[in-house]
Amino acid sequence: MSTTAHVHSPAQRAREEYRRRQTVLSVLIAAASTAAVGTLLAVAVTGAPGWDRVRQSFLDPRIARDALPRVLDGLWLNVRLLVCCAIGALLLGLLIAILRTLRGPVFFPIRALAAGYTYTFRGLPLIIVLYLLTLGVPGLRLQGMPSVLVLGGLALVLTYSGYLAEVFRAGIESVHPSQLAAARSLGLTYRQTMRHVVLPQAVRRVAPPLLNDVVALQKDVGLVSLAGPIDAVRAAQIATAQSFNYTPYIVAGVLFVLLAIPLIAVTDQVTLRAARRQSGG
Amino acid sequence: MDVLRCRGLRKEFGGQVVLDSLDLTVAEHQVVALIGASGSGKSTLLRCVNLLEELHDGTIELDGEEISAPGVDPDQVRRRIGMVFQSYNLFPHLNVLDNITLAPRRVHGRSRREAEDRARELLARVGLAAKADTFPDRLSGGQQQRVAIVRALANSPRLLLLDEVTSALDPELVGEVLTMIRDLKAEGMTMVLATHEMSFARDVADQVCFLDAGRVVESGPPEQVFGGPTQPRTRQFLARIIEAGRL
Repeated sequence: MSTTAHVHSPAQRAREEYRRRQTVLSVLIAAASTAAVGTLLAVAVTGAPGWDRVRQSFLDPRIARDALPRVLDGLWLNVRLLVCCAIGALLLGLLIAILRTLRGPVFFPIRALAAGYTYTFRGLPLIIVLYLLTLGVPGLRLQGMPSVLVLGGLALVLTYSGYLAEVFRAGIESVHPSQLAAARSLGLTYRQTMRHVVLPQAVRRVAPPLLNDVVALQKDVGLVSLAGPIDAVRAAQIATAQSFNYTPYIVAGVLFVLLAIPLIAVTDQVTLRAARRQSGG
Repeated sequence: MDVLRCRGLRKEFGGQVVLDSLDLTVAEHQVVALIGASGSGKSTLLRCVNLLEELHDGTIELDGEEISAPGVDPDQVRRRIGMVFQSYNLFPHLNVLDNITLAPRRVHGRSRREAEDRARELLARVGLAAKADTFPDRLSGGQQQRVAIVRALANSPRLLLLDEVTSALDPELVGEVLTMIRDLKAEGMTMVLATHEMSFARDVADQVCFLDAGRVVESGPPEQVFGGPTQPRTRQFLARIIEAGRL
């Protein structure tokens, strides 16, 4: 590297001066446009003829304060369910994806079962699976029947693992056949090749869409409340029915967004890293 | 003693014959160069020897044992044969050291310590000791290919198959890989290499086989095949190579 300071030519100085002016100009334009749009929205909403009624029934601070503990209680259920269901669905999805890639005639029934599984649970509406498990299964009156909450969680795991299995499978198939040839030529067995060469690359590649599905799951775990357990949305619904005011829904909505932000941030981070790696940087 | 003996190999891809009653014998410490136009069957032959492709006829013997026989475990055969590919095929999620030690540890049951010591020793010999912790995408093509060769050597193979290992490299990087192969020959490694580098084949090979349409049309010492080819197809091929300035 040269240690002498480089003196820019007049042409380069003019170019930099022009770029600086352009940058200042675009910042000013962005600020002005944001202020204009913000003012317009505020005037349109607060100036609407029904604004006062809406504010009273959706944005009442006193009712929000009263409802908050109960909605938080419900949210705690959402969080616990999310963690358990996400782990369960990721593991089951990975297992099914691996089963679908098994080769050889011996594994035909397993392959067919795994394929049938992804077809069924991606096609079946989640609410029907929930009703079948939480209302139908307890009707069997078997001994040691798990609670409705566990059965509801199981319904979520069954449905979501169907989607996640397909994401994992796409990742497995995206690993180039030359990687398999290289691994096999070293004497690795099919299992070792999957474990040490294919899966590590596949999972890294599909981490962003997997996390995206977990964000979707975060909202769907609340559906177990259809079978009885009280989640955040159900708690808000109960509070609303008692106060004849919709503010608790807004409270629950804000809490859901706050809960999703870290997960979405992680997803974006992972996506960015994957994109950087793809570009070889 | 013969390390490799192929008899009457046949391979078809969708009705097209790629290998046609092909014979090839490789003695211990011998280097055999396969030359011929693209599509003449060089790569397919190497892949068949490593049991990466299914044969449609013929037999392959490794150290006198028929490895193409039904019931032979291909994983057991492949751990005795090293293979290096045109596009390196390093594992992108593993660093250089882990790429090299994967098979010794998982296939040959070496301890991590033992495998890493040997890997570092091999890397040092080819001037890549400083790259042990680097990931493949940070290496030049020539460095990647040398790591791929070290990865194959870490299994102490009886036979090394090299499939156009310099074809994907920039011209100024070809030399470092060829030097490495020359050193391997000096150490007595038995090798079969498919190549487009005619001057290298002439220089390093004990025997040159000219393949055309899946057959060995002509074979012999390099001076004979390059100096006085007897077959019209060989002469044609070499004339085109000379025309292109590659010999």
